[in-house]
Amino acid sequence: MATVEVVEQMAVGDGLFSLRFRSPVDLRLAGAYHPGQFLHIRVSDSFDFLLRRPLSLCKADVSRNELTVIYRAQGEGTKRLSRVRAGDQLDVLGPLGRGFPIHDGDRHALLVAGGIGVPPMLELAHALKARGQQVTAVLGFQNARHVILQEELMAYGTVHIASDDGTVGTKGLVTDLLTDALCTGVNRYYACGPTPMLRAVQAAMQGCSVPGYLSLEERMGCGIGICVGCVHPIRRGGDVKQVKTCKEGPVFSSEEVVFT
Amino acid sequence: MSETTPVDLSVDLLGRTLKNPVMPASGCFSFGREVAAYYDLGLLGAIVVKATTLEERQGNPTPRLAETPAGMLNAIGLQNPGVQKVMADELPFLRIFEDLPVIVNVAGTAVDDYVEVVKQLTLSPDVFAIELNISCPNVKCGGIQFGTDPQMAADMVRAIKAVAHVPVIVKLSPNVTDIVAMAVACEEAGADALSLINTLVGMQIDVDRRRPLLANRSGGLSGPAIRPIAVRMVYDVTERVRIPVIGIGGIMTGRDVVEFLMAGATAVEVGTANFVDPLACPRIIDELRDWCVQHRVTSVRELIGAAKEGGLRDGA
Repeated sequence: MATVEVVEQMAVGDGLFSLRFRSPVDLRLAGAYHPGQFLHIRVSDSFDFLLRRPLSLCKADVSRNELTVIYRAQGEGTKRLSRVRAGDQLDVLGPLGRGFPIHDGDRHALLVAGGIGVPPMLELAHALKARGQQVTAVLGFQNARHVILQEELMAYGTVHIASDDGTVGTKGLVTDLLTDALCTGVNRYYACGPTPMLRAVQAAMQGCSVPGYLSLEERMGCGIGICVGCVHPIRRGGDVKQVKTCKEGPVFSSEEVVFT
Repeated sequence: MSETTPVDLSVDLLGRTLKNPVMPASGCFSFGREVAAYYDLGLLGAIVVKATTLEERQGNPTPRLAETPAGMLNAIGLQNPGVQKVMADELPFLRIFEDLPVIVNVAGTAVDDYVEVVKQLTLSPDVFAIELNISCPNVKCGGIQFGTDPQMAADMVRAIKAVAHVPVIVKLSPNVTDIVAMAVACEEAGADALSLINTLVGMQIDVDRRRPLLANRSGGLSGPAIRPIAVRMVYDVTERVRIPVIGIGGIMTGRDVVEFLMAGATAVEVGTANFVDPLACPRIIDELRDWCVQHRVTSVRELIGAAKEGGLRDGA
């Protein structure tokens, strides 16, 4: 845990904010961060917002030792966070959790994300590209006003977009874009988004026999594995157990994840 | 007294001197492994590990947590690997910490379950004391029926005392009409100490879904919101019982510890604060020391019951 300085906060879409701050850990150290991990942030030192908010690591700037998260100001806590300004102090724990494993034998990765599940894909795309992998992204948004990181992700590869109302990209769901043609030659997929999307992506990708990872979202308390609030059913060795997503996740092998 | 005079933070509890009165509360620290990555657990007065049942339990469905004003609701449902795995895989890890008494919280659904868990734990060299959880509000038949009826509580305590070779602390529920009657019943049945309070039953409605937010519908309220209730109960209970009382309820700072000690507690358990800040316990211990220095208190023992006219009853 550390109190760090906010470098910048800006609106990046309808109710969406990008928050950049000094990293609580030295990002040059090996293993200091990994795409898919999260930062656990207190939105205020008031008891009215007692618990931290887990926000996915979107971008790590190693040379400036800065981290960026993008979040939706949906509840009272994240609305409070959206009022933080450059120069303010921020109480940040992390990066925490297990992120997306990167496999050096892979040549082509497919990134599938919906809504506020898109931000972790930026750092992931960066890491995959740095290892020489081809990156294709399939993103889903409610509408054109909610599109984030499209241009940033296009720097790493092809980006396909679906929207609920058709105001941007193809009208429909991300799974509508997961065609056999798109999946051909893909070694692995990485997905983050709302639970119904993850369930649909898991089923679709199982259909074309591509292995992958899902980043799960459960209501989190401590973020370090002591409250046992954020569990998700995970199948291992034939048994289904409630596993802490903050500590053993939030990223799990797709075939382990049980949706009930 | 000079600034350099050391403050004696130690307290006596159940025949042992704790280096300070601060211990993490059950269910708010798992089995210690995760927090050990943040600091030396040997700094703690003692540790109370997660509720342990006879068989492994997977707990309740999610959502299990909700934030509330100055607090939170939880309905974890006693998820734990079961007593055998706790003894084999979890407790031995804590041996590396110097002078760290381990208190194991025990839960169950029937007296026989509790007795069997205690029979096994009492053989372990790693267990300093047992905390009987007769107050979990979040599972059906999760022990709370023993925690709301003085006669059932007394029968439970007698059954446990008959098999336990280690001290028995009884953790009391605040969800009762008269917590003093519960405390007296447990003391008369042979309890060695009491800890209070467990969480208060509460509910939050997700107004968008028009349903209770927690999958379990209700949950246990904890955090600073409940502290005045806990302080009052500790004060009233310590008016009537002679066995030591461990105060629990929304402790966030060293000053909060002072409040519980003055109300009559011999030691305290810190719960929700650990979720906000992994370093909460050592920070609270430092703050307690600083408070004593600033107020020229040489030993925290002076504070126990200090808010009471005539001080604390003897024996505690």
